[in-house]
Amino acid sequence: MSDVDLAADATRPSVVEEIPELAGVKVSFSRGQEVLHPSRDGYIAVATALRKAGFAFLSDLCAVDYLSAKQDRPLPAGVEPERFEVVASLLSHSQRRRVRLRVQVPEEDPTCPTIFFVFPGADNMEREAYDMFGITFSGHPDMTRILMPQEWEGHPLRKDYGVGRVPVQFKEAPGPR
Amino acid sequence: MTEISGGGPRVVAVADARPNGAEDPTDEYAQELAPVEATDPVELAIELGGVLRMPEDAVIDPDGVEGNADGTTMILNLGPQHPSTHGVLRLMVELQGETVLRTKPVIGYLHTGMEKTAEELTYVQGATNVTRMDYLSPLTNELCFALAVEELLGVELPARATWIRMLMSELNRISSHVTWAATNGMDLASTTMMIFGFREREMLLSFFEKTTGLRMNTNYIRPGGVAADLPDGWEDDVSAITDTIESRVDDYDELLTGQPIFRQRTEGVGIISPELAIALSATGPILRASGVPWDLRRDMPYCYYDQVDFDVVVGTVGDTFDRYAVRLNEIRESIRIVRQIVTKMPRGDYRVQDAKVTPPPRARIDESMEALIHHFKLFTRGIEPPEGEVYIAVESPRGELGCYLVSDGSNKPYRLHVRAPSFVNLQSVPAMLRGGLIADAIAVLSSVDPVLGEVDR
Repeated sequence: MSDVDLAADATRPSVVEEIPELAGVKVSFSRGQEVLHPSRDGYIAVATALRKAGFAFLSDLCAVDYLSAKQDRPLPAGVEPERFEVVASLLSHSQRRRVRLRVQVPEEDPTCPTIFFVFPGADNMEREAYDMFGITFSGHPDMTRILMPQEWEGHPLRKDYGVGRVPVQFKEAPGPR
Repeated sequence: MTEISGGGPRVVAVADARPNGAEDPTDEYAQELAPVEATDPVELAIELGGVLRMPEDAVIDPDGVEGNADGTTMILNLGPQHPSTHGVLRLMVELQGETVLRTKPVIGYLHTGMEKTAEELTYVQGATNVTRMDYLSPLTNELCFALAVEELLGVELPARATWIRMLMSELNRISSHVTWAATNGMDLASTTMMIFGFREREMLLSFFEKTTGLRMNTNYIRPGGVAADLPDGWEDDVSAITDTIESRVDDYDELLTGQPIFRQRTEGVGIISPELAIALSATGPILRASGVPWDLRRDMPYCYYDQVDFDVVVGTVGDTFDRYAVRLNEIRESIRIVRQIVTKMPRGDYRVQDAKVTPPPRARIDESMEALIHHFKLFTRGIEPPEGEVYIAVESPRGELGCYLVSDGSNKPYRLHVRAPSFVNLQSVPAMLRGGLIADAIAVLSSVDPVLGEVDR
């Protein structure tokens, strides 16, 4: 816990200070990398404001399941930890700078608004996050599985999804789990 | 969904010429269509609707396909066993006559859950997993993973380790690009190019075998440095490789660049504009061929790329030929970088002397109890980076290769997400194919250079 530096980087002002639309968004720093923590409702507005400010490139979008580390992970004050997180990395070509968005998505209602209409490159990435974590991106034009077969049950990268194993054929071996 | 996937001709935005506040009930406003360039690139990417949205396992009823009321379109499956699909990629292509309308890339045939596997492997074992993702540039994958783990750990590498990493990843870039040139030649019916490309790749793989012990999936770049020092006489091997490949790239130029059939098959085919490429998150040669001078090695340098001199190759049109030319010239730039690395390679350690990260030398284990304990702890328990999360990106031969690593303080990654450039670049295939001919689809797909091991992970 103590190793994580949540304080601002003194050498460069945060994007929250530079872009007026982002006022009030919680910000933290992880190994010097800037992380914004927008609420689920404010996520699209934050992404849109960042795109207008030059962060026109979505480099990555993925999800994380914090099932077993749910309560005690370091987050700035005021951000309520939830089971899932949607993590989007934005890049500004002109400023040569990255910003990461971490959106908390609760277990009871695993939905998140889509940023497909801000960054069309999120198409495949959001489908992968849906496939692997079962987070529905509301508004996405094609919210279907992308890597697993269409009829697959469960979402493999969730922490409570068991890892399959092949039973070894010995006499006293337990059956498949 | 329907307004996005409209299958008609290219959609252009209607100019809204209504003056602010002026309300004239009889005015019909501007009726003409604005040029495509006037549309916001993001809207364009959405509205072009190059992506076919239909279930991949659907039994296709031609009359049921949207936009096919007059029965003139058909859906053709390319792959997953088609020789030009570079692995097991399947494209569902909607055709009107020979013209491609919409495309749906169907992926997942090689999905083996490598991100889930990564959560079960320690950081020491992790490099063996990530190296199998992009099997044409395994060393770049290892580099990205190792940099992410080291960022979490906060270790400083000896200079020689970083220079060796740069040398190996640049050689890997050459190897990946000549393999691409080979398969691209095969797709365009130039079997000579295929033989040439694999011949050159063999030289590089032999050097990898000599250095790392393995030709592919090397597990050479590890958190804390590299697995072994360069072999004796490596300078001679490397200069032989660079000299040979430099002259052979000129041969490729002679064979393909000026070849009228090759040019006709590639020029003006599969054009993607810089705005659209950025909107679709395309990276690497696709983005650079469209004219965006963006190379992570120069623009956000990692390792010591700020200390070597090289040019970022960009195209002008963004067609298949530009992507070919960008890759061919990137081989030359990589050769330039490799030559500088050979002159700059310092003496010293090839891995960090930190007992928590690097195993002790074999001889020390016999004489030092402490070394034995460190060795045992490292290989049973592994590295334990402090809690945190990082995103590290490097320029792989295919584009931005990112690694999002979350550590909960234990010896295994809590979450490892790999931003695979091929996976993201595949999104631009429908936009490139739209409006082109089915015969060009093969050339376009080949120019995207997807590696399916990385797409599916």
